[in-house]
Amino acid sequence: MTQAPAAEPWMQALRDRAFARFSELGFPTTHNEEWRFTNVAPIARTAFIPVAADTLLACSEAVKELGPGRAEAHLARYAAFDENPFVALNTAFLGNVTVLEIPRGVVIEQPIQITHEVPERPDLGTKLAAHPRTLILVGEGAQCTIVETYKGAGTYFTNAVTEIVVGDRAVVDHYKLQQESLSAFHISTLQAAIGRSATFASHSISLGGALVRNDANATLSEGSDATLNGLYIVNGTQHVDNHTLIDHAMPHGTSHELYKGILDGQAHAVFNGKIIVRKDAQKTDSKQTNKNLVLSDDAVVDTKPELQIFADDVRCTHGATIGQLDAESLFYMQSRGIGKREARRLLTYAFAQDVVDRIKVQSLRDSLERILFEKFHELAE
Amino acid sequence: MALLEIKDLHATVGDREILKGINLSVNAGEVHAIMGPNGSGKSTLAQVLAGRELYVVTAGSVTYDGQDLLEMSPEVRAREGIFLAFQYPVEIPGVSNMYFLKAALNTIRKHRGIDELDAMDFLNVVRDKMQIMKMDQTLLNRPVNTGFSGGEKKRNEIFQMAVLEPRLAVLDETDSGLDIDALRVVAAGVNAMRSAERAMIVVTHYQRLLNEIVPDFVHVLADGRIVKSGGKELAVELEAEGYADLYEEPEAVGRV
Ligand SMILES: Nc1ncnc2c1ncn2[C@@H]1O[C@H](COP(=O)(O)OP(=O)(O)OP(=O)(O)O)[C@@H](O)[C@H]1O
Ligand SMILES: [Mg+2]
Repeated sequence: MTQAPAAEPWMQALRDRAFARFSELGFPTTHNEEWRFTNVAPIARTAFIPVAADTLLACSEAVKELGPGRAEAHLARYAAFDENPFVALNTAFLGNVTVLEIPRGVVIEQPIQITHEVPERPDLGTKLAAHPRTLILVGEGAQCTIVETYKGAGTYFTNAVTEIVVGDRAVVDHYKLQQESLSAFHISTLQAAIGRSATFASHSISLGGALVRNDANATLSEGSDATLNGLYIVNGTQHVDNHTLIDHAMPHGTSHELYKGILDGQAHAVFNGKIIVRKDAQKTDSKQTNKNLVLSDDAVVDTKPELQIFADDVRCTHGATIGQLDAESLFYMQSRGIGKREARRLLTYAFAQDVVDRIKVQSLRDSLERILFEKFHELAE
Repeated sequence: MALLEIKDLHATVGDREILKGINLSVNAGEVHAIMGPNGSGKSTLAQVLAGRELYVVTAGSVTYDGQDLLEMSPEVRAREGIFLAFQYPVEIPGVSNMYFLKAALNTIRKHRGIDELDAMDFLNVVRDKMQIMKMDQTLLNRPVNTGFSGGEKKRNEIFQMAVLEPRLAVLDETDSGLDIDALRVVAAGVNAMRSAERAMIVVTHYQRLLNEIVPDFVHVLADGRIVKSGGKELAVELEAEGYADLYEEPEAVGRV
């Protein structure tokens, strides 16, 4: 692979370090516990050409778009590349960086929309890889909503990293809508550093992609509140792996996780929810739930909570379920004249409903409802 | 010709036979009450009529309006006019009662060749029926039966019946869990639907419901068979004497 043209010296140095680290790490194999269920060999064996994704940014004027120069103090400080080869790879190809700052105390009502689309470049005659990078600095007491969308056509590789720094007492609502093509590879890392008494919520909606791995990581400070929600809907031979990490480093933090998946065909879903409660993080309150609805005989779910608790005065609950559509509910609907297919569709939709209901951006909820409606029509066939 | 003709119906769940040869004939315009001890198969019969696949029919026939009912899927039965008010209505979180009922009504209307209703017309239909059932309108916006009290669930069943206007309604213990006032409201809702074209099978343990919904016939189901049939006075007898007699050997009848 080749690197992008040289940039400012600090950035070039960062890239070089990341590139060196990636060379040492190499692509992970399934012997690596973190990648046990996700085989990235199809990515490793493909020769991709790096391109910049078409990035569309829509936000209010109060949001400051910073040049990468101002990012030096923050970029790559949160999403560490020493362990995660894909973060290293993304950092090695830094170039297409979106850096936003929401100044202290500013409340932005309009969602900040960031859309990354991998361009179609048949002229290049080979498959493309995009490494979009986003850094969002939310000032103390500021409030904003961020919607990231990923899409494209054909076979390509998106390897995204987003770092969000949530200032003390700030409120950030983050959404990631992954609508890649069904033959794309999508790897992403979200790293949120949450300040004292700040509230951060991220909702990850994963619909597209042949091979998908999402890492959503949040580090809490004293009194922080973190929510990581997710919805994944997979069919055919799609593979989706969601790894979450909630790191309670300080006391009085609360965290909530609700990940729901709907699987059909021979799809495979992985959920690994790691929660660390460090020695000082007394009075932590943490709840994790993963629920899977399996519509076919051949779909597979691997779900695992991973709790590492070093404090004694904490409350941590977790639960995971894998189930089918409820036969009694189906019959009840049929007994009212609703056809079996429609009943299945309604129940499938109902399963996703509570994650959808938690989406506060009306336009996103509307478009998601439309997408799900169409998707469940296909699934019900 | 009877609207519903059940002949020698046998049904099993797993390898256990629950219905052991039911015979019953119901004409349009009639109300039949089915009574009988716990576990005798009343709900099983109701569910078999609605098409629950859990119960396997091993012998016998059911003819509805001249057609083989057992050949029809549950949804087709409903569209053809069969309605079951469940003994235990099912909670369906995430599906709004309103959306559910509108979808049900419109598929049934479509099947009958009537125009589907838009949201406004549907609301008008529903408002009237809710008033009759003295039902709280907010229940419409909640998920189907989810978190409803026992009485609210039962009322919701009869409300659905009123909206869907079936030709054969099977009410499985619609009175259980209702307070006295609710029982009257529900019974009034049911009575309002009695007509020469419509038949009802009312499963109950108690005479008090049959004081409100007066049946034309009363049957006793015991151990998977109808062991006794009569007029409305049979229910009064049963209330006084219980089912004990029904279990005794034929020779023993009359011995004290
Ligand atoms: N799904 C099932 N699996 C196993 N047994 C069943 C099932 N459904 C019903 N039965 C059994 O069949 C018998 C008849 O049950 P049914 O519910 O029809 O009785 P019922 O007459 O309606 O009783 P009740 O008056 O208590 O409502 C009971 O012994 C019950 O345990
Ligand atoms: Mg019963």
